[in-house]
Amino acid sequence: MGLPDTNSAKNAILGAIRAINIPPAPLPPLQRSEWITYPDPAAQFAIVLASIGGTCETVADTAELNEKLRHLPAFTTARQIVNLVPHVNLPAEHLLKEQEIADPHHLVDVDLAIMPGEFAVAENGAVWCVTRHLRHRVLYFITQHLALVVPREQIVHNMHQAYERLAWGQAEFGLFLAGPSKTADIEQSLVIGAHGARSLTVFLV
Amino acid sequence: MTSLAIVDHPKKAAAFVADIDRAHWHDQSLWYVRIKRDKQAASLPEWELLRETASQIKANVVANLADYLEQFANEATKLGAVVHWARDAAEHNAIVLNILQSRGAQKIVKSKSMLTEECHLNPYLERHGIEVIDTDLGERIVQLAKEPPSHIVLPCIHYKKEEIGELFHEHLGTDKGAKDPKYLAEAARQHLREKFCGADAGITGVNFAIAETGGFVVCTNEGNADLGVSLPKLHIACLGIEKLLPRAADLGVFLRLLARSATGQPITTYSSHFHGPLPGGELHIVLVDNGRTDIAANPDFRRSLNCIRCGACMNTCPIYRRSGGHSYEATVPGPIGSILAPARDSAKYATLPHACSLCGSCSDVCPVKIDIHQQLLTWRKEIAARKQLKWSKRLGMQLTGWVFQHPWLYSTLGKMARWTLPWMPRFMLYHGLNPWGKQRELPSAPPQSFRELYAQRQKQQANGGSVTPQPSPHSPPSVYSASSKVN
Ligand code: SF4
Repeated sequence: MGLPDTNSAKNAILGAIRAINIPPAPLPPLQRSEWITYPDPAAQFAIVLASIGGTCETVADTAELNEKLRHLPAFTTARQIVNLVPHVNLPAEHLLKEQEIADPHHLVDVDLAIMPGEFAVAENGAVWCVTRHLRHRVLYFITQHLALVVPREQIVHNMHQAYERLAWGQAEFGLFLAGPSKTADIEQSLVIGAHGARSLTVFLV
Repeated sequence: MTSLAIVDHPKKAAAFVADIDRAHWHDQSLWYVRIKRDKQAASLPEWELLRETASQIKANVVANLADYLEQFANEATKLGAVVHWARDAAEHNAIVLNILQSRGAQKIVKSKSMLTEECHLNPYLERHGIEVIDTDLGERIVQLAKEPPSHIVLPCIHYKKEEIGELFHEHLGTDKGAKDPKYLAEAARQHLREKFCGADAGITGVNFAIAETGGFVVCTNEGNADLGVSLPKLHIACLGIEKLLPRAADLGVFLRLLARSATGQPITTYSSHFHGPLPGGELHIVLVDNGRTDIAANPDFRRSLNCIRCGACMNTCPIYRRSGGHSYEATVPGPIGSILAPARDSAKYATLPHACSLCGSCSDVCPVKIDIHQQLLTWRKEIAARKQLKWSKRLGMQLTGWVFQHPWLYSTLGKMARWTLPWMPRFMLYHGLNPWGKQRELPSAPPQSFRELYAQRQKQQANGGSVTPQPSPHSPPSVYSASSKVN
């Protein structure tokens, strides 16, 4: 069977839709006073993140961040670590330079990735992550453990505020990441660590 | 793809309910998810406003669908994606196969997509010598069992862990008798990592596509969609045309509703926004109609296109919970499936709109406010008008209709029934011709009909007295009568 002519399919579909007479329906406004806000968004974020299997650590400065990172169980047992957060200083022995790796498949043995997060969302424990600073976006998903570092003042209350912050228009991948990878497909028992990271720690600095 | 077999939901459901413990367990598993959903809905005071907003956005999408599709296709192309259009399942499958073959892709990892289920993409690709691995754990389980998913969000909700252990022992070499979910999920992780690393291409569905930006969003908890399309260079995204949203900011509304309604989580673990291909890679987007414009053309059922496939209506449906997803024999089972399937083939799926107690619970939980139970009722009328009901049901309806048209007959029959029912031996009441007596006791007949009570009351009031209805010998529990609205 040859490839169907996608142009005639396009015209047929659009033509069929245009032939339907559907009453107009205006778009509702998205900025509303009713959307939830919290007295302490950072505290709310930490509570929700804990409820979905992640951990939130608030640290005073980079020194404390480095200290806490060195004591992460995922760090102490790691053989391969990738760090993409400037200012983070870790002993070099296990550090892998992601930029020097040509084939993403070679990241399969990364135990811990330390990555920047753009901002956090209080209502659902999600962190907005982009791939601008890295060569292989698969790192977010292939690493065994993940630590995200987010500026403490970058927390929004809800998803509407989150989208107000985002800009589009170029080819780019971004995601809301909320907690470690998980599944409940076996009799609804929650298992942490399905295909992606087995743990997620978010550092608010 | 139509087959001649008529779906007999009552028969299939009866087979499921025959194992009473299992049916009960299935019911409870889904109810547990429904309770989690309620907690999440209650965590947002603006929940109803969110639903209303989502519903309005969707109405706008359907009213402007052609424009949004064109806008989406233009923007996606600008970002470097290749957009394809498919009128039906056959065209969709041919397009996907062609892309794979022309790039020599042999091993495919796929993330959960009800659209590719609907198009029967897997068997089609397999017939052409391509290996397709479903990577969502629940989907992988049903794939190993050579079954379709029984639920759109919880594909293997009908499986017990012992049975999954058995499947994994056979296919993945796990220990015989192992049933610990942690152990089994770890085995699947290892097995699927190998597949991810060896894949030539990744196929995903799409949760939401954005006309304004030409991007789309895929939501998973496991991260399987992301792993599947971040290692290989080739990504094919299969997208039903109703999945469009006008603006990126609309995602704020839908991402708040989706996971809360589906599994009772505040959001899925991964909500990935794809705009254009991986650097150096290829992204193909296949826009599929496959009957959706027909639904859009019908004002009665148009709103069923609002569905965001959260599964909440299934989790709450008393029939679905007790009859199992497979009894519907439709890609999308449950309440919303019982609207969508007859739209495809009303004769084949004529029994589905009747698999409904009209309790309205589905409409109450639906995050996009589809009037599901109303549409099911409309389908029943439609199916009756098309004379697609089974003869037994048709005869029963005609008989009942005739009785209702003759009040004297109705009241006489009622009186006779109230006299005779208490004295009837069980075998005369509980048999194949009385589906109401299956698995439940009929209520005991009241000593007086409503009509008699009413007449008595009128008479006594006329005489200035008060009325005390006579209690039935087996009067129902007090909560029951307390909530009754009949005076
Ligand atoms: S009909 Fe509503 S409740 Fe049912 S799956 Fe679709 S969106 Fe969810």
